[in-house]
Parts: sequence; structure tokens; C-alpha cells
Amino acid sequence: MDFNLSEERSLLSATTDRFLQSAASAQKIIKGGGENLANDAGFWQEASELGLIEALLPVDAGGLGGDGLDLALIFELLGKHLVNAPFLSTAILGAMPLWLQDTQKFAALLSDVGAGKVKLALAISEADSRYDIQFAATEAKPVDTENYQLSGHKAVVLGAGDADQLVVSAKMAEGNGDIGLFLVDGKAQGLKIRSYQTIDAQLAGDIWLEDVPAVCISEKGSDIISQTAAAGALCLSAEAVGLMDVMKDATIEYVKTRKQFGRSIGSFQVIQHRLVDLLMEIEQTRSATMLAAAHLFSKPDMRDKHISAAKNLAGRIGKLVAEETIQLHGGIAMCWETDIAHYAKRLTMIDHYLGDSDYHLKQMMRLSA
Amino acid sequence: MDLNYSESERAFRDEVRDWLAQNLPPALREKVIKHKRLSKEDHHLWHEKLRSRGWLCWHWPAEHGGTGWTPVQKHIFEEEMIDAGAPRIIPFGPNMLGPVLIEFGSEAHKKTYLPRILNCEDWWCQGYSEPGSGSDLASLKTKAERRGDVYIVNGQKTWTTLGHFADKMFCLVRTDPNADKPQKGISFLLIDMDSPGIEVRPIYTLDGEHEVNEVWLTDVEVPVENLVGLENEGWTYAKYLLTYERTGIAGVGYSKQLLAHLKSMANRRKEGGQPLAQDPLFAAKLAEVEIDLMAMDMFNLRTVSAAGAGKAPSAESSLLKIKGTQIRQRISELLRQAVGPYACPYISEQFDEGYNEPPIGPEDAMPLARQYFNLRKLSIYGGSNEIQKNIVAKTVLGL
Repeated sequence: MDFNLSEERSLLSATTDRFLQSAASAQKIIKGGGENLANDAGFWQEASELGLIEALLPVDAGGLGGDGLDLALIFELLGKHLVNAPFLSTAILGAMPLWLQDTQKFAALLSDVGAGKVKLALAISEADSRYDIQFAATEAKPVDTENYQLSGHKAVVLGAGDADQLVVSAKMAEGNGDIGLFLVDGKAQGLKIRSYQTIDAQLAGDIWLEDVPAVCISEKGSDIISQTAAAGALCLSAEAVGLMDVMKDATIEYVKTRKQFGRSIGSFQVIQHRLVDLLMEIEQTRSATMLAAAHLFSKPDMRDKHISAAKNLAGRIGKLVAEETIQLHGGIAMCWETDIAHYAKRLTMIDHYLGDSDYHLKQMMRLSA
Repeated sequence: MDLNYSESERAFRDEVRDWLAQNLPPALREKVIKHKRLSKEDHHLWHEKLRSRGWLCWHWPAEHGGTGWTPVQKHIFEEEMIDAGAPRIIPFGPNMLGPVLIEFGSEAHKKTYLPRILNCEDWWCQGYSEPGSGSDLASLKTKAERRGDVYIVNGQKTWTTLGHFADKMFCLVRTDPNADKPQKGISFLLIDMDSPGIEVRPIYTLDGEHEVNEVWLTDVEVPVENLVGLENEGWTYAKYLLTYERTGIAGVGYSKQLLAHLKSMANRRKEGGQPLAQDPLFAAKLAEVEIDLMAMDMFNLRTVSAAGAGKAPSAESSLLKIKGTQIRQRISELLRQAVGPYACPYISEQFDEGYNEPPIGPEDAMPLARQYFNLRKLSIYGGSNEIQKNIVAKTVLGL
């Protein structure tokens, strides 16, 4: 066993960290209350030139990495610097269905993704699907072998308003309940997008489709959806770990400097023990996330068991860390001006994307029975 | 022992309920239910209605123009108000300063200020916390120096709720910096907010809202007759007021309302084609918090009744504060969880009057994440839950 990063990954980590640090401070990502960088063309271009998007794609999809460890490494750093940019929606959720299905066929599109020229979004969630990734009431009617028309409503789609192309799941009108995956142009006729920010400064949108022209990616897309959602859940877990580290460190620093009753509040045992608990639980989450990263492309049951363990902990411990960080800081952590408040919002809301802690607990119950 | 309301208590409940049904303006009720922002005028309108019925200062004894209600009647009133969707009574004048002046104020104070609170002429705010004095409130540094007929006040207060609406502030100041204990040497002053040298600066909270403020005081002149009680004895009055603040903070009525909302939401949201309320994991959490709340309701009544009419609640009110806020925070967490992905969308304008765009997802989903984050304050303010535990350990357990 070797827990050290390879030389390439160490380098990737250091460069990415430096770049995000400078972007975060230069663009005041944090001070702006987690302002979303989706529309910041300069940032996205620089990120792509640095190879940050390509690092999330495998070599045969025109990328430089794409392994579970690459994903975890980069998303942990995105969390550390509270970067709200379309890495997840474009490079993971949008791109993975394409390269899983056919790297040749989508080579040009994927190359544009890597180069930062094209943004994508994955529309699988619906008003009544909650976290069920295989649920689709949206329907796909065939026009010819490759072309379809989609009708339905997709809910809280990350990156929707900003996507050049959308990957949309739909029930096949002529199939045995199969769920297909389709590529839809962001400006297609019959497509209506209501774009909004989320409370944790993500760019998202609800989408209404009415006989929207679509190209079929896969007529049986279930396995692709599961693999993609697993990758997304891994990225969110890693991002959560990055957020947690910063919040824990900020809290330790705060309790050392904040004086009440004539001494630093960090000198009280009740505070010390709570911070020890945080440290312990964060290390648990980090460990589960490493394990999930290593299993991202394992057989489905093995993969999902480890992904669900990580995402359940990210949700459970994320809530604990966010609540304790606010409580131990006191009122100051409730202020817009305090960075940690925006970290807390993001960390808490990560539990609302791609399955919450209950959803993943149930997956675990099913897979470990 | 009889755990049911008596006939007269039931009649009282019906009286309150009927009055609310007839007097709470539907537009105001809708704003409250939909978590819309309330303006100063909204609060005034509601205070005025309550005043006209003689219920604004419901905590006060009858001889001072209050209701003289028993603890059980007060409890009923509080619950019915929340249940009806009424705006909360802004507590600083009616619930906080009023009882302090009645107990410790001079005849002149009572004559001057109590009628003005009763008639909603003054909007009070609370000058307690300072940037360096939160949990350790007694370490406060805002200084008042006696110069002839006035005190000259210098310092900074913070977390001043709705201070931007206030006409007056009751304020803790240090009058004797050389006292042998920090609790000695504190005085309780009444300050006009339009005095020269006062500046109110907004604090925006993590949800982008403006409810609390910083209040800066620079060479503010306060007439000596605005001193409540004795100089350097203000800590006694401050603590008396805090026990009043603490009971309301248990918020059992609010928790009941939140729980009803949670149940409604859990029955409407689907998970795998079934209502979320039938999901064993979620149903277990819901049942657990309902158990906690049922017990809390009784715990609250036991403690409140034990206090007796017109008396300050005992140190046990600290337990109510801790458990009550834990329960309310837990329900707000489950509500956020219940709406799933629809907890995320956030359009700030939706909380303004007159916003008419269709909702995103269920109509009542968007306020839920904001509510969860906002209610983190419950375990921080009014004496953090950690401080409450210190009080209980010392006062109740004798440790």
C-alpha cells in the first residue's frame, strides 16, 4: 500500500491549488458571497489552459486523467477555495455519458469541453423524482433511428442556463420502460429554461421541453446514468472534505483568539472536545472518500457501496461540521461578511445534490444486506 | 392533577381564537405564512391592533395596563397567535423593558415609558451584546461617564435586532471600571436613538437579510434621569430581563407550527412513488422529533406554571431554552431535507411583497433552506446554549 500521491498528481495538486488560490482572491469569489463563476469566461479559459478540465477526462476522451483519484483531488481543492464554477456540471455530469457511450462519436464535442469552449449539463432530476436517478416521466418519441423529440419537465438541473448542450434522460415511448439519454442543443426550439442561483451559489435551472429535437446518445442509458451519478457523488464528497478542512481550521483559529471570561474560549474543555470530534469525523469522511475514489470504476455493486458510504458521510458529517462551525464561532459566523458562512451553506446544501444522506444510507442497506 | 384545560381556559382560548380570526388582516397573515419580509408598517399595524384589544403588553400585571393573565392563559395566547399566523410581537418594549421598569423603574419611568409602550408610541431595541462581549456579557466595555446632569456614553453594541426601526434603546453600560467584579459597575440606561453621536450600521446575515445592526455610540449625552434603578446595579436588572427573554425562546408554539408544516410536506413529497411520510427512515425521524416536542410542551407548561403569575421564570427556563431550540432547529432541518433538490433554488425577490412569478417546485419550498440557516441563531442568541448549560450546572445542580 502507498498513500502518497504520484509525482504527476502532486504536481497537479500544487498547480491547481495555486491557481484556485489566486483566482479566489483576485475574483473575490468568497467575499462576493460565493459569487458564481459560470459566466466568467476568463476564469473558465484559464482553468482549461491549465488543463484543469482535461484532468477530469480520461485520455481516450481527449483528457489527461479522469480517474477517481484525479476527480477527488481536484474537487477537494475546489471545495477548499469555495469555487463555484461549472466543473461538475460540464466535465463530469455532462461529459461522462458521452465518453462512456462512444469516445469516437463525441470526440469533437469532448475536445471542445476540455478546451473550455463548450459547457454541458445533465438533466436527469424531475419534480417528482427526488433523488431517484433512474426516474423519468419525460418522454422520448422517435423521429428516425437517431433523432427523437423530447417532452417533459426537468428540475434543479446544475448548469442548465449556461449549457451549450444538455444531456437529458427520458422514458422511451417505444420500449419496455427503458430510460434513454439524449443530447439537446441549449438553444433548441421548444426548450424553455428558467435559470436561477441556488442558496449555495450554484447556477441551476428548471427545464421544460415540448417536442424538442434531440439526438440519441443511448437507448438504454441506465448503467451510464448510474456510473455518472456515482462520479458526481464522489466529486461532491471530495468537495465536502475540502470545505470541512477549511472550516475546522478557521474554527480552531477562532477559538484560540476569541477571548471570553478572561481566557481564549479554546481553553475550555467543552470546546476542545467538540473540535476533536470534528477532526475525527472529518478524517472518517476523507477516508471514505479515498476509498470511493479507488472504486469509482469497480463493478456496480462494489462501486455504489463505496460511493454511498462516502456521500452519506459527506452529508452527515457535513451537517455536523457546518453546525458546529457556526455554533463555536457564534453570531459572527451568521454574517454575510464572514467567509465561513458561505462555506457552511455550500457544505450543508451538498446533501441536496445526487442523493442525500438518507438516500445513500438506503443504498447501503440494500447493498450490504 | 388535571392536564386538560379547564372550562374557563377553554373559553379563553376560544375568545383569543375568535378575536384573531376577525382582526388579523388576511394580507398580513399571508405574508407571515409565506415568509415574506415584513415592513416596519406591517409590525406597527399589528401592534396597533393588539393595543386596541389591550393585548400588546400581555405579560404585564393588570394594574400597569397589562392583562394580568395566568401563566396558562399566556401560554394559550402565545400558541393561538402563532397558530393563526400572526406576526410576532416585537418583544423589546412589551416583553423585556416593560417588566423591568415595572419591577425596578422609578415612578417617573413608569409614568413616562409604560404608557408609551402600551400605546405603541416607542419602538425599543436592546443594547446588550458587544463585539468583545457575547457569552461573557458582563465584560461589556461601553462606557458611561457622569458629567453633571448627563452621562457621556462611548462604545459599540452589536446584534441589535431591528435597531434600524427603533426610537429608543435600553442599554447596558459600564459606569465603574474599577469595580472588583465585572458584574458590578454596570448600569442600565435608556437612550434616545436620535441622540447626536448614535450611528446604526446594518449587519447582513448569511441569507442576505438585514435584521440585526451594529450601534455605535460616540459622546452620546444621556440625561441622568434615564438611569434605571441604581448606578452600578444594572446587572441585576439585565439578568431579570434575560430570564424573560429565555422563556419565549423555547418557542414551543413555533415548533408545533413547523412540525405541522413538516408533516404536510412529507405527505406531499414523493419518494419512489410513495409519500415521503411513508419512508421508514424519514418517518422515524419525524416521529422522534414529535415525541420530543410532546414532552417539551408539557415540560414548558410545568415550568411556566411553577413560576406563578407575574413572576420571573426560574433557572429551569435555561433547560427550556436549550431543548426548545434543539427541537426547533431539528424540525427546520427535516423540512429542508423533506423538499430534497427543491431546497436549493433561491430567489431573494420572492420574499418581497408583490413578487408574482410562479414558484420553483412546491410553493412553500423556497423559504426552507433559508429558514434552516436563519434558525442557527436560536442556539447562539439569548445566551448561547453553552452558557445556559453553565447556568444550570451552577444554579440548579449546585456544581
